[in-house]
Amino acid sequence: MFDTAIRGPEDESDKMPSQPALDLSPPVSDRVAKTTCYMCACRCGINVHMKGDQVAYIEGNRDHPVNKGVLCAKGSAGIMQHLSPARLRAPLKRVGPRGSGAFQEITWEEALQTAVDWLKPLRETAPEKLAFFTGRDQSQSFTGWWAQAYGTPNWAAHGGFCSVNMAAAGIYTMGGAFWEFGQPDWERTKLFILFGVAEDHDSNPIKMGLGRLKARGARVIGVNPVRSGYNAVADDWFGITPGTDGLFILSLIHVLMGAGKIDLDYLIRYTNAPYLVNGEDGAEKGLFLRNEAGTPLVIDRRTGQPAPWDGEGVQPDPAAEWQGHRTVLHHMAARYLSPKYAPEAVAERCGIPAPRIRALAAELARVAFEEEITIDQPWTDFRGQRHERMTGRPVAFHAMRGISAHSNGFQTARALHVLQILLGSVETPGGFRFKPPYPKPPEAHPRPHADHAPGKPLDGPHLGYPLGPEHLLLHDDGTPRRIDKAFTWENPLSAHGMMQMVIANAHAGDPYRIDTLFLYMANMAWNSSMNTSAVMEMLTDTDENGDYIIPRIIYSDAYSSEMVAFADLILPDTTYLERHDCISLLDRPICEAEALGDSIRWPVVEPDRPGHEGVRPFQSVLLDLGHRLGLPGMVADDGSPQFRDYADYIVNHQRRPGVGPLAGWRGPDGTGVGRGAPNPDQLQRYIDNGGFFTDHIPKDAQFFKPWNAAYQDWAVDRGLYDSPQPYLFNLWLEPLAKFQRAAEGHGPHQPPDHLRARITETLDPLPIWYPPFEEALTDPTEYPLHALTQRPMAMYHSWGSQNAWLRQIHGHNPLYVSRQTWLEHGFHEGDWAWLTSPHGRIKMPVARMDALNPHTVWTWNAIGKRRGAWALDERAPEAEKGALLNHLIHELLPPRGDGLRWSNADPVTGQAAWFDLRVKIEKAPPGGPSQPAHKAQKSPVGRGPDSLALQTKA
Amino acid sequence: MTALPQSTEKKLGLVIDLDTCVGCHACVISCKGWNTENYGAPLSDTDPYGAEPEGTFLNRIHSFEVTPTDAPPMVVHFPKSCLHCEDAPCVTVCPTGASYKRAEDGIVLVNETDCIGCGLCAWACPYGAREMDAAEGVMKKCTLCVDRIYNDTLPEVDREPACVRTCPAGARHFGDLGDPGSAVSQLVAERGGIDLMPEQGTRPVNKYLPPRARDRLPEPPANLAALCEPSTEGLTGFLGWIDRTLGKI
Repeated sequence: MFDTAIRGPEDESDKMPSQPALDLSPPVSDRVAKTTCYMCACRCGINVHMKGDQVAYIEGNRDHPVNKGVLCAKGSAGIMQHLSPARLRAPLKRVGPRGSGAFQEITWEEALQTAVDWLKPLRETAPEKLAFFTGRDQSQSFTGWWAQAYGTPNWAAHGGFCSVNMAAAGIYTMGGAFWEFGQPDWERTKLFILFGVAEDHDSNPIKMGLGRLKARGARVIGVNPVRSGYNAVADDWFGITPGTDGLFILSLIHVLMGAGKIDLDYLIRYTNAPYLVNGEDGAEKGLFLRNEAGTPLVIDRRTGQPAPWDGEGVQPDPAAEWQGHRTVLHHMAARYLSPKYAPEAVAERCGIPAPRIRALAAELARVAFEEEITIDQPWTDFRGQRHERMTGRPVAFHAMRGISAHSNGFQTARALHVLQILLGSVETPGGFRFKPPYPKPPEAHPRPHADHAPGKPLDGPHLGYPLGPEHLLLHDDGTPRRIDKAFTWENPLSAHGMMQMVIANAHAGDPYRIDTLFLYMANMAWNSSMNTSAVMEMLTDTDENGDYIIPRIIYSDAYSSEMVAFADLILPDTTYLERHDCISLLDRPICEAEALGDSIRWPVVEPDRPGHEGVRPFQSVLLDLGHRLGLPGMVADDGSPQFRDYADYIVNHQRRPGVGPLAGWRGPDGTGVGRGAPNPDQLQRYIDNGGFFTDHIPKDAQFFKPWNAAYQDWAVDRGLYDSPQPYLFNLWLEPLAKFQRAAEGHGPHQPPDHLRARITETLDPLPIWYPPFEEALTDPTEYPLHALTQRPMAMYHSWGSQNAWLRQIHGHNPLYVSRQTWLEHGFHEGDWAWLTSPHGRIKMPVARMDALNPHTVWTWNAIGKRRGAWALDERAPEAEKGALLNHLIHELLPPRGDGLRWSNADPVTGQAAWFDLRVKIEKAPPGGPSQPAHKAQKSPVGRGPDSLALQTKA
Repeated sequence: MTALPQSTEKKLGLVIDLDTCVGCHACVISCKGWNTENYGAPLSDTDPYGAEPEGTFLNRIHSFEVTPTDAPPMVVHFPKSCLHCEDAPCVTVCPTGASYKRAEDGIVLVNETDCIGCGLCAWACPYGAREMDAAEGVMKKCTLCVDRIYNDTLPEVDREPACVRTCPAGARHFGDLGDPGSAVSQLVAERGGIDLMPEQGTRPVNKYLPPRARDRLPEPPANLAALCEPSTEGLTGFLGWIDRTLGKI
């Protein structure tokens, strides 16, 4: 068919083309604006190339401490997020029924006045009836401060349904966990073990780290039911059965202890291993023996008698037993040397053959103890003892939601932290390293607060770390003070709150009803809720008068998400390139193991929504509302706003004298680091420096931070805390023993009877493993499979679905099933399946994956979309062939017939137990759409264009 | 039909490490961002917010599962773009001379002014590395960021393809594969880099580094039994071990 068109002159031989002249040096842009990415929570530095006032190209910032120039798919696709047709354009007032998406655009004045009309009377009568929860924002220290000023106890961010088990277990055990708290010593580690991490958190730094390990031939081991992403490049893969990581880790501990492959010197110096634990039955059992000054006691090997652990010249005996009281390490040996933790005993349950467990333990031991690393760097510990060298054990771990989003997640995360400590690899060269402001033990964190009164601010910060039953947030009658029931006997250490329970509890009026639900950047009508379909019903449910049971909903988002459709009032936010933000040490910092650091976002583009009222940065709107409501700290003496906008707050707010949101360029001359008076030029200094600030930790302070005098002094100087606070790691977690004693009837604070047994069993002061709750309540023969989600590297939650480039990578999500399941059910390519849990049923496409634990099915998280959302066509594959597992997961456990609502959560922290899900699978009739197929929501922004050809003309 | 140069002064190309690629698609999108904005027509997207979104990409990632008989299954992420072949069939098949291989560095390009959108080159390419842009009707392909690598408006360090600059895992390398002393040539030599589908006779310049052997963690051998077999017997033995060890600390 091409004959005529393509035939050249017949007498001519092949042409040697004359090469066209190319412009090999086209200008990339007019200017580069350096700011911080927000395409996920990783917070990389980006160079935004501008042509005129248009964004032309986004690349990584080479100078930035987080990403050092690289950038992931999401980051590079930020331009499409910024230009998304799903961007909201004006404040909206709901004009149709909730959930329909019928809105009317209103002015900002009307929107703000409406919010004030709702919130002001509430503050004056019952401030707790405002529940203010934020999702994946990075301004929690600001929104928490606002909520405290308003006076409601009901504020938290999204940690409760994310990874609070990992974070809280880390803080309580050793003063920090992974990601924002610390990182592997990528430059030195020789053995890196990744537990249960999908493909994100910490996104680019993990990929960069893996690349560096690979380049120098270090071994990478993945422990994950699914061998995708990071696990695909792991040298060795342990395809563990979900929910058994804790058992697997305790088995490693069993082998290591039994072989004497633990760092005894480290344990004696830096942990509570030698503390004597009261062994006498009664109120003190499980608490440390203390002297009159309250100092925990050890047995001094010189005398064989008790002595304060920090006494001059005391040589603690970690194996001691004295008058029936044994040391922590003695307790650990008694527990973990038990045959029930032997590899042979756990192999079947974990899905890992015993020899492989022993092989991993052997490799841990070999690398830790035969390949130790020494840095010739003298340092001095908090006892005043000088060390000539820094010696480390080059074994490092990383873990996130995979092991923590279970109802045994807290204890599992504790087990992992304890394993690292036993190996002597925490804060030593080649191991795990804290990032400022961590390490920070639980004692250095606040306690939770909930005392509220009409017209008054709350009595202190909402969230914190309870040290015993006395810190729970309960009324005198034992009922919860918070709407999410955080810090109650049901989940006492819920350090991040329990966002996943807010809507369900508010709807049930348990523990009380609320008036206004105020959400920011939390897609709770879709992928950010368990039990999504029911949550949508709760949000639209009415009482006998036809009034909504949750009377008012205010929502702020930049995009037309699923949640937008369920709000009564929308306060439209800007995109991340159009506003100020600060990535603050007061919040979720971006420090490195060897440097303190923070950063900003700043408007590299002015928000522009032609023909509409326009959008405003949420944080500035919150300050405006705070002023209108007369909140303390937000109104100046003359009655004007205390802060012009969020930028003004970032520069001028002081949390403590001289300490504010940003650490860099403080003081009148900009030389202050961490401390110093507000500097009006501070933001410009950040912009001039590429959007971030770093301050390197002195060489002698870079390791052994919890015990290193130079680090402690440096941290005080930088304002991280106000006095040196060295501490020992908590192998034994004494606060948990206090809860156990209470459950046995000791002390003035008593749990309800139905929780006593569970508290005694699960709040063990040493890591334990127990089967996930849902598993225990679900018939394993009826629901034989575990079901998981993973977040893909090229998509972050729902934000990506509007992104024209990213949705071409992940536009729908099949359910991946193992070879065994595939064959058993006779699946063929293109088939669909019904997936059923005790709670619900969904239909979705299936695909086979062999590199998968045989008893597990999984799919990508948050690819499925509700019709009509995100400015997508109603026939978008995200709706037709996408599905959410959330529909199968209840926020409550299956009823036990006791009439009680048991949350599907960790009994220690309240973390949502997403990954406890059990399902059965069956072949479905061919073809879509996926089920449940929710009715389309009306789009307040129309739908995107039919074609794109992005090329910026200056 | 179009002729290839007899030889090229350099053989610029990519070395892609399949042992390290985590399949994150960073290179895919960075490529899209740079190349829609630069060389030739933009990389368009059809139905970008609709039922069947489909756009032009110069680099895509394919994921394969490999199930050896004697080891656990593996997943390999395989990024694919033009391999800038020395015997590039896409060039010789071009009826207009629009497809050509640069004599100075071996980069295969499409001169869009001369491209008639016949699609023969895409048909001739055994790797499926060319994509016709639906909006513009011209053939698009990897340019090896020819407008970056010599771009004197960029800092020296940034004169590399966008995909290489952005790769978080460091799995992509750029250089002169015609120079045996270059870093990329040495990497290929050290790691046993391979040609993709050598039987096609295209002599690709780009090389792939194969995944290292997986799942070789040795199970504890007998002579190391002391390492992880109990060297102490139960609680009493362990406490005894502590005593012995403390004596040495």
